[in-house]
Amino acid sequence: MPGIRDRIAVAGVGATRFTEHWEKDQEDLLCEAVDEACNDAGIERSDIQAIWAGIYYHTTGLGGAAAVDPLRMYGVPATRVENFCASGMDAFRNACFAVAAGVYDVVLACGVEKITDQGSRGLPNVREGMHPFLPAASAPAMFAMAATRAFEVHGWNKEDLARVAVKNHANGVHHPKAHFRRAITMEDALKAPMIAHPLGRFDSCAVSDGAAAVIVTRPEIAKRMKHKDDYVMVKANAISVYTAQPMYKPSFDYLGFPATQTASKMAYEEAGITDPFEQISLAEVHDCFTITELLNYEDLGFCKKGEGANFIRDGLSATDGPLPVNPSGGLKSFGHPIGATGCRMIAEVTRQLQGRAEGVQVTDPELGLAHNLGGPGAVCSVTILGRQ
Amino acid sequence: MAGIAAWGAYIPTFRLDRKTMGKAWDTPALPGERAVSAGDEDSLTMGVEAALAATAGRDLSDLDAVFFATTTSPYAEKQAAATIAAVLDRPSALTADVTGSLRAGTTALRQALDAIAAGSSRTALVVAADARPAEPSTATEQLFGDGAAAVLVSSDGASSVVAAAGVTEDFTGPWRRTADNYVRSFEPKLDTEYGYARSVRAAVTDALDRSGASADAVSRFVAYAPDPRTFASTAKKLGFTSEQARDPLFVTVGNLGTAHALVSLASALDDARPGDVLVLVGQGDGADALVLRAGDLIGNAKRRPNVADLIASKQMLPSYEGYLRFRRLLPSETSEPKSSTVQYWRDRRQALPFEGVRCTACGQTQFPANRACVECGALDKMEPVKLQKRGRVFTFTLDHLVGGEYLETPVPKVVVDLEGGGRVFFDMTDVDPSDVHIGMEIELTFRRLHDGAGFHNYYWKTRPPRLAAVGA
Repeated sequence: MPGIRDRIAVAGVGATRFTEHWEKDQEDLLCEAVDEACNDAGIERSDIQAIWAGIYYHTTGLGGAAAVDPLRMYGVPATRVENFCASGMDAFRNACFAVAAGVYDVVLACGVEKITDQGSRGLPNVREGMHPFLPAASAPAMFAMAATRAFEVHGWNKEDLARVAVKNHANGVHHPKAHFRRAITMEDALKAPMIAHPLGRFDSCAVSDGAAAVIVTRPEIAKRMKHKDDYVMVKANAISVYTAQPMYKPSFDYLGFPATQTASKMAYEEAGITDPFEQISLAEVHDCFTITELLNYEDLGFCKKGEGANFIRDGLSATDGPLPVNPSGGLKSFGHPIGATGCRMIAEVTRQLQGRAEGVQVTDPELGLAHNLGGPGAVCSVTILGRQ
Repeated sequence: MAGIAAWGAYIPTFRLDRKTMGKAWDTPALPGERAVSAGDEDSLTMGVEAALAATAGRDLSDLDAVFFATTTSPYAEKQAAATIAAVLDRPSALTADVTGSLRAGTTALRQALDAIAAGSSRTALVVAADARPAEPSTATEQLFGDGAAAVLVSSDGASSVVAAAGVTEDFTGPWRRTADNYVRSFEPKLDTEYGYARSVRAAVTDALDRSGASADAVSRFVAYAPDPRTFASTAKKLGFTSEQARDPLFVTVGNLGTAHALVSLASALDDARPGDVLVLVGQGDGADALVLRAGDLIGNAKRRPNVADLIASKQMLPSYEGYLRFRRLLPSETSEPKSSTVQYWRDRRQALPFEGVRCTACGQTQFPANRACVECGALDKMEPVKLQKRGRVFTFTLDHLVGGEYLETPVPKVVVDLEGGGRVFFDMTDVDPSDVHIGMEIELTFRRLHDGAGFHNYYWKTRPPRLAAVGA
């Protein structure tokens, strides 16, 4: 399989601030992110030949029209992508594949979510369309059950989780588009009210609104665009879907997510990465909950199974460490407007590789990884980006 | 002669101290406490629990009839006995709800005995349950309790019914019209001195005459009564001593309505020795009286948890407000989740008999059923398997976010490895959340999950084993 390595370029990125946007609707946010991406690429909306939009909640618009209507791009091929919390990066994958197939030259991958409109604590409507009697759990509950196992098997504790929250909130202080730009202490994290035992408020990402957009093209076209000297190359993109029902699968050990293990293995193979800890310069990973980031270290091969807590305790994922993880502040600082997150990660890693990640820039990165996880580990998308 | 081969009861875990109720309303408190069914319980869920207790470990292939006696069926139109038969997986059984009277439990028992005698049923199950609504602040609210019992009737029981008799009378004692929120009464003394006392005396006298036994040959007199005083005075007039007429329920769990007579009977059978003679009475618009004799093998039929275990394994509700919430006595604006009678029907074998499948290719027992194996992927290699209703917690959380609401008290959500195979996700109920841990033993309990799509969505939750709570 030829794959898409070095065949696709990121020509422009944009994102709104991620926060509670009470006075803006989903359409406003999408337009803002897309316009920023177009300006960044130096193109007009009319240059976009096709759209993939990651949107999770059906309450805010169905079908490709959820993107075409607000952008007034009537007649343009457009598809709404839903793949749990990885909807955004799956939109990016579809955009990349369409360009790699030679069908289009310039396309838009975007994602948006307007969570606060739903009037809910946590993610709304978890039972919407669910089974009449098989029980549902909130998103924190699903990941909390992984933490419970990790506490039991690895001997991890609340302090191991709190280190993730403290690190990522400290990083988010410096990012102009983060929802929260305030550092917290270990004590803050440990004393926070419980959401789903053992996960407290600071173990969980916030309810936020936002949108992000990426202009995808071929390298030879990117050379004629605004970022002709520093467009970013897609080295790999892989997605893996495991199960949305791990709680009925006897072999599921809750000590990691097979979707991440599989997607990262595929991505590393495509990108030619044999030692991710040594070769990857920075990673934006899906820290929807603190436990998730610890398990991500292991699933992404940054460390061995069971050593996730040591990885952060030893400072290996700190911004000034050997493999900065979530220098942006991650979902902990940005919140998680579901469909937007995957595209925001692509935008974040792109700006890092271009050396323009104001406030959170890591030193001279070569290869960046973005990791978007959905469901209780049901779906994972991993993207590797590199400099030309 | 036909008799009772097996019996079982169910008392909800929660109790409310009557002093707490008196304090809430600044009214005098009756002695003791009452049983309170939790917010996910009703007469049918309690009836299922009792039915499972009475049939535990038995082959039910000869169960030909299921009767459900209650005055508080969860449905005005739709049969509850059919749900019990579905849980027991007996689709060929004759089923009927026997309702409208507090005497329904003993009436259903007489109908079951007649069915055995007529040869139309090989065994028959009689289930009685009630959770009667009482007006807040009244003594009736303190007196009432919730509970259920079930007896399995067959021709060669651990005890035999020697005689049965009854009288019927139109009598407006307690009543509840369809539109009434609470049980009503006009002049309780008329009921206790005439309606109750006279009908019970007539039925018991007739039954004893038919049995040939005298009152002093009776080991236990067990009966529904509106209150403990009426029970004692009626027993005395019939010539029973206070030793013969002991009611274990009023002070500990309350007046259990239609279930009261059969829960009392279950308790008496728990204590019975071979040859003991028991008199059982149900009353309401007349009375039924039955005389039973414990057989030589009564000891073999005794099971735990017995009624004493169920009374002892309890959690006190800390406040009257908890009872208000359980019984939904305060209006709430929260909406029910979505549901579908179509999906519920299609997956009925998972919902009610709790059936899973086993992959004949790799041996993995699994739930819910699927054409392909969750582990080896083999297609169409599944055979149905009856899942065990016991297991241990593999992992868990205590979820504060339920249906988009933040709850002060978290709901335990547990992933369970069932005994004999199968990994299943459940809510846990009747538990102090801080007690939940990995490796914890659990048993399944039948509950009303929610009322999505306007019908009662019944399914299983988990709870700590009732026997564990009494250290057995």
